[in-house]
Amino acid sequence: MAIDKTMPPIEARGIRSQFGTNVIHEDLNFMVNRGEIVGLVGGSGAGKSVLMNTLLGLKEPEAGVIRYFGRNRQDLSEVERREINNEMGVLFQGGALFSSMTVRENIMVPMREHTNLSLKLMRELADMKIHMVGLPAVSATLYPSDLSGGMKKRAGLARALALDPEMLFLDEPTAGLDPIGANAFDELILGLREAMNFTVLMVTHDLDSLYAICDRVAVLVDKHIAIADTLPKVLEYDHPWVKEYFGGPRSRAAMSAGTKVQG
Amino acid sequence: MNSSAAEYKISQSGRTITFRALGDWTRDNANSLDMDLIRELDDLDYDHVKYDFSEVDHLDTVGAFLFARAIRIGPGQRHNWSVIAGNEGQKTLMQAAADAVLGRPPHAQRQWYDALIRIGQATERFFIEVMETLGFIGQFFVVMFKLLLTPNKIRWKSVVALIEEIGFNAAPIVMVLSFFIGAVIAYMGANLLATFGASVFMVDLVGVAVLRELAPIITAILLAGRSDSAFTAQIGAMKMRQEIDAMTVIGLDTFEVLVVPRALAALVSTPILTFLAMLSGVFGGMLVAWLGSADLSPILFVTRLQDSVGIAHFWVGLVKTPFFALIIAIIGCRQGLAVTGSVESLGSRTTTSVVQAIFAVIAVDAIFAILFYQMGV
Repeated sequence: MAIDKTMPPIEARGIRSQFGTNVIHEDLNFMVNRGEIVGLVGGSGAGKSVLMNTLLGLKEPEAGVIRYFGRNRQDLSEVERREINNEMGVLFQGGALFSSMTVRENIMVPMREHTNLSLKLMRELADMKIHMVGLPAVSATLYPSDLSGGMKKRAGLARALALDPEMLFLDEPTAGLDPIGANAFDELILGLREAMNFTVLMVTHDLDSLYAICDRVAVLVDKHIAIADTLPKVLEYDHPWVKEYFGGPRSRAAMSAGTKVQG
Repeated sequence: MNSSAAEYKISQSGRTITFRALGDWTRDNANSLDMDLIRELDDLDYDHVKYDFSEVDHLDTVGAFLFARAIRIGPGQRHNWSVIAGNEGQKTLMQAAADAVLGRPPHAQRQWYDALIRIGQATERFFIEVMETLGFIGQFFVVMFKLLLTPNKIRWKSVVALIEEIGFNAAPIVMVLSFFIGAVIAYMGANLLATFGASVFMVDLVGVAVLRELAPIITAILLAGRSDSAFTAQIGAMKMRQEIDAMTVIGLDTFEVLVVPRALAALVSTPILTFLAMLSGVFGGMLVAWLGSADLSPILFVTRLQDSVGIAHFWVGLVKTPFFALIIAIIGCRQGLAVTGSVESLGSRTTTSVVQAIFAVIAVDAIFAILFYQMGV
């Protein structure tokens, strides 16, 4: 099957998720267009992680459909499913690196599993990814326990990028990083998008990231995506939670910083 | 898969080569391209590469990396290069690949040197391990005696909970195992001694073997497998989740909170477990003596046991148990506290812990055997 890469990489229609009687999402509609960086925000417990897991296929929704590149997930065959999986890279919150392997081996895991590249080439490509995410070359042979939090995220990103995915999921990529590290990470994502031309969905609480790199912001509130639009439009949206979220002092500081950078 | 083929054409003029790429330069085509490319580039002599990407359909990082092969000379060195035709994305990708081939560190092959280093490191680690264990034991006794002077500071609640965990819960398995061992000894004795017509001596055999050696050793080894590993895993997991650090910061002494209660619980549990193991071991022997071919009645068995197996054997067996208890508790806790951040180290520390504990138990038992032999007990 040829994946039609011009179609939206991910689309959710009428999703309902619930645990027992506890409904998390109700009639949730959401779409990410090709090539854009979408930030997903929502209060703690609003179901961001559940949505992410649902989109990734780690959890089946109780109702509704997920489409990848315009194709229903249920209709995909095993082979097609795997092919689409290879087009999706995930950076988990703590990096989720395999602790028994070096950074290079971690990056090689997806390549080993899904390609027939020679071992030597895989090693070299892994080193290239390490370089691309801005890690020093020596980190290739280090174990995750030897890395700092920021380096773990970069290494996790390198693994997510191992197969040149079309779609990148980032779960709180800048959480736990210092402002300098967080800015650098934001710029890294922008730079890599330029080179690799992928689509990004990031769950984030980092207002600076939202202002600096997101093309659109999706707000998960009241069990559905209330609005998914450019930041100025989201800021005008009339909802108490949105007003409070973007109207707070932190947001204003981030906004002025963000406009300074862009202006 | 579905991607179409990739090709390249290299043309040379002077010291400059023009690298014209066509088709899909993606990972599906990478393997064969790579081989040819390396071979062909090796034969050329040049110092500038011009890339023409105008006929490239798809390009990913693998393809870009292959392009960059043309400009790599050695670690930290590359030829000049330029892209004469190609879109922005391709140029950016090419730039990333070109930087990546530059940044790779020199990979030195020093096998003998590395082997020597590893031997040195292993030796150093061994001595450090010994020193740290001794230090740990010293610290343990200091804290222990300090606490014995102020018994109200001992965490009795966790001591009792741990006694339930490592003593009470282990009783059934210890007794069953010891029962089998006693029975096996009795069977062996019955067969051997029957040839001399001396079946009644199997009572001595079972009594001495079980009371003196087997019951304490079986109990200790079982505890080493069961509780020692649990100590290491529990404390190691706490260490990984920074609970130990939190304790230290709050002002709790890890020895006081974690190590001493475990040691006390082991000190209480081990003799009791050993006693139970002795009972069931002798009982197993008695059953075999009665129901097996030797046909010794239980009354005869018990009388013979009282007459010929001195109480000294019982005490010899029991006196070793506190030492075993301390070995198990100290090694378990020490390895647990030595766990570092990784899952790997938790696993290896748990393994080390069990191996060391069993080794130490058997070694100490051997020392006791020599000691008692010299003393004539």
